[in-house]
Amino acid sequence: MGANDTATMTSVVGQSVLRKEDARFLTGTGQYTDDVSMPRQTYAYFLRSPHAHANIDSIDVAKAKQSPGVVDIFTGADLQGVNGLPCGWLITGTDGKPMNEPPHPVLAQGKVRYVGDAVALVIAESPAQAKDAAEQIVVDYDVLPSAVDSLDALADGAPQIHEQAPGNRCYTWALGDKAAVDAAFANAAHVTKIDIVNNRLIPNAIEPRAALAHYDRANDEYTLYVANQNPHVERLLMTAFVLGLPEHKVRVIAPDVGGGFGSKIYLYPEETAMVFASKKIHRPIKWAAERSESFLSDAHGRDHVTHAELALDKDGKFLAMRVHTTANMGAYLSTFASCIPTILYATLLAGQYTTPAIYCEVAAAFTNTAPVDAYRGAGRPEATYVVERIVSQAAMEMGIAQDEIRRRNFVREFPYQTPVALNYDIGDYEQTLDAAMEMADVAGFPARKAEAQKRGKLRGLGYAAYIEACGLAPSNIAGALGARAGLFEAGQVRVHPTGSVTVFTGSHSHGQGHETTFAQIVAGRLGVPVENVSVVHGDTGRIPFGMGTYGSRSLAVGGTAIVKALDKIVAKGKKIAAHLLEAAESDIEFRDGKFTVAGTDRSKAFAEIALSAYVPHNYPLGTLEPGLDETAFYDPTNFTYPAGTHICEVEIDPDTGVVDVVAFSACDDFGNIINPMIVEGQVHGGVAQGLGQALREQCVYDRDSGQLLTGSLMDYALPRADDVPSFNVATKVTPCTHNPLGAKGCGEAGAIGAPAAMMNAVMDALAPVGVTHFDMPASPYRVWNAIRAAHGHA
Amino acid sequence: MYAVEYQQPTNLADAASILASTGGRALAGGQSLVAAMKLRLSQPGTLVDLSLIPDLKGIRRNGDRLVIGAMAKHAEVASSDVVKAALPALAGLAEGIGDRQVRNMGTIGGSLANNDPAADWPAAVLACNATIRTNQRAIGAGEFFKGMFETALAPDEIVTAVDFPVVQRAAYAKFPNPASRFALVGVFVAQMGDGSVRVAVTGAAPSVFRATAIEDALAKSFTPVAAKGVKVGADGLNSDLHGSAEYRAHLISVMASRAVVAIA
Repeated sequence: MGANDTATMTSVVGQSVLRKEDARFLTGTGQYTDDVSMPRQTYAYFLRSPHAHANIDSIDVAKAKQSPGVVDIFTGADLQGVNGLPCGWLITGTDGKPMNEPPHPVLAQGKVRYVGDAVALVIAESPAQAKDAAEQIVVDYDVLPSAVDSLDALADGAPQIHEQAPGNRCYTWALGDKAAVDAAFANAAHVTKIDIVNNRLIPNAIEPRAALAHYDRANDEYTLYVANQNPHVERLLMTAFVLGLPEHKVRVIAPDVGGGFGSKIYLYPEETAMVFASKKIHRPIKWAAERSESFLSDAHGRDHVTHAELALDKDGKFLAMRVHTTANMGAYLSTFASCIPTILYATLLAGQYTTPAIYCEVAAAFTNTAPVDAYRGAGRPEATYVVERIVSQAAMEMGIAQDEIRRRNFVREFPYQTPVALNYDIGDYEQTLDAAMEMADVAGFPARKAEAQKRGKLRGLGYAAYIEACGLAPSNIAGALGARAGLFEAGQVRVHPTGSVTVFTGSHSHGQGHETTFAQIVAGRLGVPVENVSVVHGDTGRIPFGMGTYGSRSLAVGGTAIVKALDKIVAKGKKIAAHLLEAAESDIEFRDGKFTVAGTDRSKAFAEIALSAYVPHNYPLGTLEPGLDETAFYDPTNFTYPAGTHICEVEIDPDTGVVDVVAFSACDDFGNIINPMIVEGQVHGGVAQGLGQALREQCVYDRDSGQLLTGSLMDYALPRADDVPSFNVATKVTPCTHNPLGAKGCGEAGAIGAPAAMMNAVMDALAPVGVTHFDMPASPYRVWNAIRAAHGHA
Repeated sequence: MYAVEYQQPTNLADAASILASTGGRALAGGQSLVAAMKLRLSQPGTLVDLSLIPDLKGIRRNGDRLVIGAMAKHAEVASSDVVKAALPALAGLAEGIGDRQVRNMGTIGGSLANNDPAADWPAAVLACNATIRTNQRAIGAGEFFKGMFETALAPDEIVTAVDFPVVQRAAYAKFPNPASRFALVGVFVAQMGDGSVRVAVTGAAPSVFRATAIEDALAKSFTPVAAKGVKVGADGLNSDLHGSAEYRAHLISVMASRAVVAIA
């Protein structure tokens, strides 16, 4: 934006404007995919594998096709000309070869590889009839041994899951200077080692995945409503890579979407099969997953097994870090699976610290489990957990205070080039640490600990000083690292003749509040009321293009695209104003919604300029097009680096093992903030999810049978409102240096910082009873077991 | 859910005869049965909804007895002044069942007839030595609970009321399963009119049972320390993702001691 235009930004930007979208969400009038219906609509049901690993000797659908209400049934054999689902990121291994990329069929082709693998699509007049018919399908399975654990799958003699991936290995990949790391370890005064499991999680958006596919025979066009975070990417992958359809003949609409957390980024088999089938039956097909189906078939998150070592000098300065991680990819490569434990993980291992040498090796394994992909934070929570757990443990071993060891190692000069590829543009880590310590009343902790002790309770304080790389991403850098897509964003600002505005964004809001935040940016810049700005997202038929929402990218990238379009609107407005005011264009200033001739009181309101653009009676038609509607694409030049410190205080009941989070303080630096209320809400949600990972949630497959043991909310311990404390949150600002908003992103920070802060607090509380480490989640049972083991019981 | 025939009789005799003739299932609050039907794990041909039968409703004090109609909802028990005056521990137990929606639908009779190993009501009924009244007979608590999801009820037998003695004092302490919030271990401690102590445990084993070692300890000394000092054996207890048999055994003593704290 022009330097003389920034003043008006302050009017609504930075205000906690109430969310425009909440009126419909709070009154039950949101329009989710399952709320959309079409004439002659049919219903889909997916028959799924009950086995973790089996050959399909035969499928007999004859009897099922006679079941009442059945319209048609499709199996893998019917999907002629349909390719497998693609993976969007190519990882090149340490051997210089591309990763093993076995086919990911839309419906099983002769083999099933996890419990929940889709075997047949049954279409009927009602959901119940589709389900009844599915029970009549006879599948002859030849059950094979399975491996659900990544280490089991990579072990000698493990069952072979894909022909194209010998030893079930997707890749072995490495980042960093191994020789430098080895040399630093050889001269270290102290080495801390840790073995950690980053527990596998199952996303649970309130709205399950859903789709409605329609083929319009008269126009040879498809429409797909789908609960999805990035409709253009969905369309591109589905048409160009899988179904071979013309991209312009397919419209993908992601209407109101009830939460995604990553799980709705991907192109899934279900909607792909439905689009294919919609043309075969010439009727619309609807599907909405049941919750138990979501547990089985949504892409899961995390699932790392890691050994890490940190070398320190005698003063606690970090000399080097060495990390080996085994990552579970699941049965097939989901859309972005390959880049999560590599590009979005190993690159973050420097954390907020000046560790000069880091080497990370990652082995990725195929297993007989649901595919694993990005889940809120995606690689960065895993990295933060490794760094902050090992730093905490090193401090305990060396007798250095938790804040002190971090201070001694903070990056303080920017830009800072890490040894793991990233270049931090700006930050002030001491500032957020100091603020968080004050918020957490660290000074008063010893007294609180002593008081708890009198009641027989164990108190602990845990720190996590996290960093994340957000605003994904510079396309050229991502491309060099293997991305098969660009990562820019598009924005369109359409000014109507009366001066009201419709914004079309390629970002997608599924809870983030874009309709408000983006409206604030536009209102602030153009000097119009927020109510006069509407934001449209989630429709390939209305929006120029979009890469969607994930990786805390919407404001930094999507918001900036809108700013770039606003730049064009203002520039054109100045030309129109110059003509109307008979002044030189260079003399026109735009401020507070008015175009003014500098140094005079002659001005034109923004709405007058808009009207003039559409009623160009007195208009420079020879040199300027009518209309006021501008589009911009923005590709960032760097990642953004939100960072902060989270401090958690827990009280543990040693009789039961219950961990009570008594306080949680988060001081984050997200750069400039448009709507503080929305940002605070994002932190609350992220921390709640982080609490889920740290204390409650764990996806468990039976090691022998491969069955999902945590297949419902009866066994998968999602946190509830009364499980989370009242959070204490604040922000500090170092504006991002390379986007005009100075914004960094805030959507994932809570889920990134909280698990490490909570587990560090648990370990601090349990240190007096001799516990040093156990893995998440710190459920009552695990805590009790850890205390018992420290006391010498098996 | 499979298709199901739905009947809504207005008196007990009709309900019993429909159950007998169709082999269907009685529907009380439906908080377990309907969920199982939706998952296609349960497939009753006929559902006999008991909600319109007046005889099954109401909560009343009857001398030294507290009689709770089988179709009394958990929320009604939780908020009942009669219950709070006679046996406040029951109101507290009811308040801790499921969530608000479950409490406004689920019933004491439905819960007992289902006999979920982790349900709360069986612990209260067994500890208080309540009597389960049906359309055919009265069944003592000690004879009612037969095993996991098994009771002494015949297929066409309908629970009509639960008849509690107004015990001297009682409390229920539940350790919730972190996921389901059913009882991982729930311990109901009751001191009877004659001063004797009965302790019943739910959640820990395939069916509710009496913790006799804790009863003995509390008979000698009705103190939290006495309860906590009892080392309960893990044999026969449940073991799953959320807790081993050893953990549950440990929690029985801990929860018993907390119930005693609540009473004292």
